[in-house]
Formats: sequence, C-alpha cells, structure tokens
Amino acid sequence: MTLKQGAWVMRACSKWLVGGGVLLACAGSVLAEGNPRDPYEGFNRSMFAVNEVVDKYAAKPVAQVYDHVAPLPVKAGFGNFFGNVGDLWIGANSALQGKFADAGVDIGRLLINSTVGIFGLFDVASELGLEKHEEDFGQTMAVWGVGDGGYLFWPVIGPRTARDTAGWAIDSYVDPVWRVRPISTRNSMVALRFVDIRASLLPADKVVEEAALDKYAYIRDAYLQRRRNQIFDGRPPRLED
Amino acid sequence: MIKQFFAVVFAGSLIASVHAQEAPDALVQQVTEEVLEIVRKDKDIQGGSTQKVIDLVDKKVLPHFNFPHMTALAMGKDWKKATPPQQQALTHEFKTLLVRTYANALTGYKNQKIVYKPFKMNAGETDVLVRTEVLQPGSKPVQLDYSLEKLDGGWKVYDVVVAGISLVTNYRDQFGQEVRNGGVDGLIASISAKNKSLEANLAKAEKK
Repeated sequence: MTLKQGAWVMRACSKWLVGGGVLLACAGSVLAEGNPRDPYEGFNRSMFAVNEVVDKYAAKPVAQVYDHVAPLPVKAGFGNFFGNVGDLWIGANSALQGKFADAGVDIGRLLINSTVGIFGLFDVASELGLEKHEEDFGQTMAVWGVGDGGYLFWPVIGPRTARDTAGWAIDSYVDPVWRVRPISTRNSMVALRFVDIRASLLPADKVVEEAALDKYAYIRDAYLQRRRNQIFDGRPPRLED
Repeated sequence: MIKQFFAVVFAGSLIASVHAQEAPDALVQQVTEEVLEIVRKDKDIQGGSTQKVIDLVDKKVLPHFNFPHMTALAMGKDWKKATPPQQQALTHEFKTLLVRTYANALTGYKNQKIVYKPFKMNAGETDVLVRTEVLQPGSKPVQLDYSLEKLDGGWKVYDVVVAGISLVTNYRDQFGQEVRNGGVDGLIASISAKNKSLEANLAKAEKK
C-alpha cells in the first residue's frame, strides 16, 4: 500500500467510524462504571477501536514496509534528524521547568549535531556523553501543577491525557517540521516522521498483544505510568499500595 | 506438568541459595549477562523460537523472582480476597503469562547493550532498586529497572520496570476489572484462557 492509499483509507475510515464512535461514546457514558483515571472510557474505547482499524490497514503495513526496506543506517539517520530538530523545543521546555543545566545540554546537542553531526543525521552529542532528554509542553504544564484532566484516546495520535493533548497542540504549533515549505515537502516530512515513529514501535506490538488481558486497558495504564515517569525524569516517587 | 513445575521450583531454590550472599546489583548483572550470552550463541532463539527462550527463562531467570509477591502486587487489595489455593492458582497463571512476555522481549534481542547504573545500598536495606539501561543502535536508550527484596533465600526480583512501566502493576486495573465481573475465580479463568490461547499459537508456530 502506498502512503497515498493509506491516507485515503485513513480518511474513509475516520469519516464513518467517527460517526459511529460518537454514538458509542454516548452509550458508553451511560454505562460507565467510573474508573477515576479514565472518565471518558466509553468514548475512548470507541476511538481505540477506530484506531485499531486505521493502524491495521494503513499505518502498520506502511511502517512494516519501511522497517523492512530501509537499512539500519538510513532509519537511524531519519530518527536522529527528527530527534535533532526536536532538541531546540526540548531545551526550551527544560528551561521552562527550571532545569537550566539540562537546557544547556539540549542546546549543546543541537549545536554539535547540526554541525559535526551533519544536519543532525548523526547523533555525535550522545557519543560525547550529552544525554538526550525527553521533554514536551505537556510535561512542562505538569511540572507547573496542571492536573492531567483525564485520559483520552485519539485516532492516529493515540493516547494523551487532556493536559497532554493541549501540550501536543502547542508542541505541534512550534514544531519546525510543520513550518517547512512547500507544503508537499512538509507533508512528506510529517508522514516520514510518523512512519519512522510507528516503525520503532513494531517490536512492542507483539508483546502488548500477548501480555494484555484487555489491550485497551493495558495501553492506557502503560501510557499513564510512562508519562508519570517522564514528568519525574525517570525517578517517580513510589506509589504506596 | 505439576511435577515439572515443582522440579523447577526445587532446582530454583538450590540455585538461589548459591546466590544468597550476593549483592543485588551483582546478581542482576550476572543473570543478565549469563542469559544474553546464551541468547547470542543460540541460533534457534535468534530464529525466533519462543519455546527455547521460555525454557531458558525457566531455568536461569525464574529462580530469582518472587512470583507470589509479584502477583499480590498486580492484584492490589483484591489479593486478600483470594483464598490460599486461589492465590496459588493465580501465582501460577500470572507467572506463565509474565514468562512469555519476558521471553518475547528476548527473542527480539539483537545487538543491544546493557549498561548497569551506579548502585548504592545502605547497610541493612532489604528493598532496593537496581537500574539498568538498554542501548540499541539507532534508537533511544530504554530504562530497565528491577525491584528486589531480601528474603531468606537471597535477593529476589518482585518488579520489572521498562521505560517507567511496571510490567506487574500495569495489570492492576485489568485484574480488578475481572474480579469485579467474575470474582477471583473469574480472574483465574481469564488468565488461564489467555495462557491456553498463547500456548496454542505457539504450538502452531513451532510446527511451521
């Protein structure tokens, strides 16, 4: 399947499935048993079902072809390139969270990888010991004390809490890749990045399929744990049982 | 099957007593290196033989895990609702499920490197976190942490945390849901059904 066909399938699916999804969501909210961490579970489960279809027929096959065809150095090059583009905003978020030493590392990475690393295709900075951080505006808002606002599952972009959905919108707004012109080049880059990210998740697919009693809940709880870990930079306080 | 199970547990307790005096970080490192060494050399495992990895995990990894504690942690407050025989059944089924998850991760092993983070422990501590990191060419490092507790038989792992996701507590809501719907026996039946379907898939895959 080509990217174009994939996009078409995605559009076609989302059109009629979103309609069904809204209906189901209404049904869901009446039946909801009330998991406090997942107040919109009915809506989310129907969106999850939509996404499973989109993924099965469009995103995953494309990612599998990419993973199969592209040699490791090419994949690593794309991954590094997009990673490098992201380091400026990561640095900004480190600074907004008051982690100025981290912000310095992020900007240092950007400078080194953009020059010595040839436009970011090679992650020289990591080899020099400048560790890549994971920051985004959702985490910054969490550090500022914004609550997560409930868990949501979106088609295509996947799980995001309400706070992280807003964070994602801002991340996308400042994302240099979305500013690339002409539009056709921008679209290719956005699509390539999406496929690259999806391909990196392929090994996890089998694990989730086999490990989960309820795939939706497994992914939700994994996402929430992972975000908590990111917000606390890998050292979350222990939860008491 | 039951016989084999006890044989494994018995063999495990022997191995464990040998490691009794070892520091927890040294134990994690030694077991990890030993297992990866075998994976690196075994052509069947690299070819994707899940059964072989499961055997390996059974022999080398399981003796160092405290499965009753893991199952209790996964169930949260529902654990106390289960009778001792139910707890045993749950532990057995959950163990089977987790071993497969872990085995799957190992069949995906190519040329990743494990970095052991600096470890400090106060004298007399009985509950520690050993932190490692998986490095793979072309991707971001993945955090891989082990919670260990000191028991009479030595240090035992009771939680594995991948990229901040506990493979154990990630089941809590799913288990709670099953217990609400069908009681503790309902949960035992669901995990058992899951294991059986995975077993059937595996048998099919090995035949090919």
